[in-house]
Amino acid sequence: MSTQKVWRKRIERYRLMGQKCKSCGKVIFPKRLICPECGAKEFDDVLMPDHGKIITYTTVFIGAKFLEHDTPYVIAIIELDNGVRITTQVVDMNPEEVSSGKEVHLVFRKLQAEGKTGVIAYGYKARLI
Amino acid sequence: MVGITGYGSYVPRYRIRVEDIAAQWGKDAEVIKKGILVNEKTVPGTDEDTITISVEAARNALKRAGIDPKDIGSVYVGSESHPYAVKPSGTIVAEALGITPEVHIADFEFACKAGTEAMWVAFNEVKSGELKYALAIGADTSQGAPGDALEYTAAAGGTAYIFGREHIVAEVIETYSFTTDTSDFWRREGAYYPRHGGRFTGEPAYFKHVYNAGIGVLKKANMKPEDFTYAVFHMPNGKFPLTVGKKLGFTKEQMDPGWVVPYMGNTYSGSSPTGLSATLDVSKPGDNLLIVSFGSGAGSDAFIFRVTERIDEVRDLAPKVREMVEEKRIYLDYGKYAQFREKIIMNE
Amino acid sequence: MRDVGILGVGLTRFKEHWDKSLRDLFVEAAIKALEDAKVRKIDSMYVGSMSSGLFNNQEHIAPLLADYLGAKNIPAVRVESACASGGIALRQGFMEVASGLSDTVLVSGVEKMTDCEDPTSALAAAADVENEAYFGATFPALYALIARAHMDRYGTTREQLAFVSVKSHKNGAKNPDAQFQREFTLDAVMNSVMVADPLTLLECSPITDGAAAIILAPIEIVKTMKSKVVKIIGSGVASDTIALHSRRDIVSLDAVRIAGERAYSMAGKKPEDIDVCEVHDCFAIAELVCIEELGFVEKGKSGKFTEEGNTEIGGKIPINTSGGLKAKGHPVGASGIAQAIEIYKQLTGNAGERQVQDAKIGMSQNMGGTGASSVVHIMEVVE
Repeated sequence: MSTQKVWRKRIERYRLMGQKCKSCGKVIFPKRLICPECGAKEFDDVLMPDHGKIITYTTVFIGAKFLEHDTPYVIAIIELDNGVRITTQVVDMNPEEVSSGKEVHLVFRKLQAEGKTGVIAYGYKARLI
Repeated sequence: MVGITGYGSYVPRYRIRVEDIAAQWGKDAEVIKKGILVNEKTVPGTDEDTITISVEAARNALKRAGIDPKDIGSVYVGSESHPYAVKPSGTIVAEALGITPEVHIADFEFACKAGTEAMWVAFNEVKSGELKYALAIGADTSQGAPGDALEYTAAAGGTAYIFGREHIVAEVIETYSFTTDTSDFWRREGAYYPRHGGRFTGEPAYFKHVYNAGIGVLKKANMKPEDFTYAVFHMPNGKFPLTVGKKLGFTKEQMDPGWVVPYMGNTYSGSSPTGLSATLDVSKPGDNLLIVSFGSGAGSDAFIFRVTERIDEVRDLAPKVREMVEEKRIYLDYGKYAQFREKIIMNE
Repeated sequence: MRDVGILGVGLTRFKEHWDKSLRDLFVEAAIKALEDAKVRKIDSMYVGSMSSGLFNNQEHIAPLLADYLGAKNIPAVRVESACASGGIALRQGFMEVASGLSDTVLVSGVEKMTDCEDPTSALAAAADVENEAYFGATFPALYALIARAHMDRYGTTREQLAFVSVKSHKNGAKNPDAQFQREFTLDAVMNSVMVADPLTLLECSPITDGAAAIILAPIEIVKTMKSKVVKIIGSGVASDTIALHSRRDIVSLDAVRIAGERAYSMAGKKPEDIDVCEVHDCFAIAELVCIEELGFVEKGKSGKFTEEGNTEIGGKIPINTSGGLKAKGHPVGASGIAQAIEIYKQLTGNAGERQVQDAKIGMSQNMGGTGASSVVHIMEVVE
């Protein structure tokens, strides 16, 4: 990801800044221009909670190129306390400890870096409580 | 009154034991452990660095401070392992905490002293009346060269302090800094690992500066070791702080809460700041605390704090140092450690 | 709208074609289809390719391939819907003939995946790159998330997942165009390398090169040229959120269900009427969920249904007689066309050892990404 794109997504990824539809109240993350629920176009900024639970998960043994040496690693869909769902890694534990329904909190971590000389992209990952 | 409004630390979960490092290089682990009084050290995850550690520590400090991040007027990150050689860690940290854009940001470097440097400047900005709150962080993911003595102790971790005039947890009573040009430990631009002067890092470097800073601040504040409940000294290993503390007239009991190095290692810019954080975790209102850092190059910053009533209200609002040191540890063997610390030549 | 029929089909063998380029593969399949159709000229062409850009650094392949085919100045358009690109090409061609705009339309799909150093990253572009792939989710990982949820909710077992691959390979061994011509035991499938738990290597479709082509024409023309006339009686397309975490329900594939409903509705048919079906089994779990969404089995019961043999060649509803994406191979853009070709062969009695007896009405279902798009066609043989 180019530095331009990393920069554009930084508030979303560092702080989980999303939005709430002014018309129907739906909470959306990441931000959009049109409410997927009611089609309205006006929103208030709102931060997502940093706590949630695992909906489903998998232990990846043959991984994405940028994580190929970090296998096995765990990817999960997490439902945050406000119902919003995200996909990210669950870190700092043995894969066997993960199961659906377990509580997690979000932590600030490196997502990717463009080699040894490129820009570093930071964002959110999850850790079992 | 100016002092610490919020404090917070972060300790990674990964560890490697002295035994595993010693076995790699064919050394006697027991002899080493006896010499350095360190059993294991923290290792940053492959997705952790000084910036991620700083953000987590600062988030914990904000939990204890209970202030609006936008009221923080400056963010200083002190480290000797900033992820970028050119691009401050502070801007990412400030953005992640919601402090930007009306903020002054600077990165600090002075070997292991960069954390207390950040604290020094943050404190003085608030004291001068210029800022309402200032954030200082000392964090590192220090590297020890393979097979070198420092490989047993170079660890990862960090602590953040928010200085302010309101909601004080510990008031700054006095400060003092003692600095000379002494190249006991250094790393040239572009070099991957640091170098050091072996035993030269002892008397003329660590001990000279820590001792003199200690004596200096005590004199300036007109206080004696007996006036203090606790004292924290920079911890390059387990032995040095106990030796210098004793020399200055402090007891082992006074140094105990802050003596986090045996199961953490030396977190460099995070070392004495984390020792202070661990001390705050157990202090009582009215306690006098001394912290003396040391950074190779060389210099020591000394602070005297007095704990206020508010410590009882905030202590439990974020994880404590001992909890993070003890819980959910994941042990690595040397091979995994070498991979994590990028000591293996990969096919890029 | 006119009735549309199939005039000819052709496809390359699906495998790692080290010696053939993207251009070679397309031309080979197209010429076979033209010869089968006994036509020299086509009015227009659609080519489905998921990512000639990421796999081959070449965009704009429709005019390129039209030129290589020797089809001068014809309308040539590349369509893309990730792994459903081929099915969408069929859909677009179908609409062009049905509308009366063109008579003979070549619909095709091609993918040349083996020139690419990192095909996995290119494939991940079918997922939500910014919110899924960037965080470490690979394609197998996303389907593994669905598998885990299906197992948690309905008690689907690892054995049932493996069963899908066993059946696929049993069928593939009877298909001379398939990438893999050998069978695997249940144990072999379950014990193959774990890719993303619970999906093993033998439960994931492979990297393949290949091309497939169909010539469509108004039914009147087909009737004059073919003894077995196959008519496309239903076509349905639907889309859904791209990220799995945005879906209404993790164990459902709404795009498949809705595309299926639209196809059934146009055809005036129901699931019970379908004699044979090719579904998009990019991963074993996909087949299980898709047969639920297409109405062949009650939601959640696909594991048992499959384990009991209902989707075998002689079973209640034969699924993926071609060997599926798993055994036949999955040159992404070509799969949707290849699925339709298998159904055509079944309906015209040309499926060799894979033949389903009395197959009159068949269905092919193609899907993109983790179900963000799906396209379903229903065909009937009319005497």
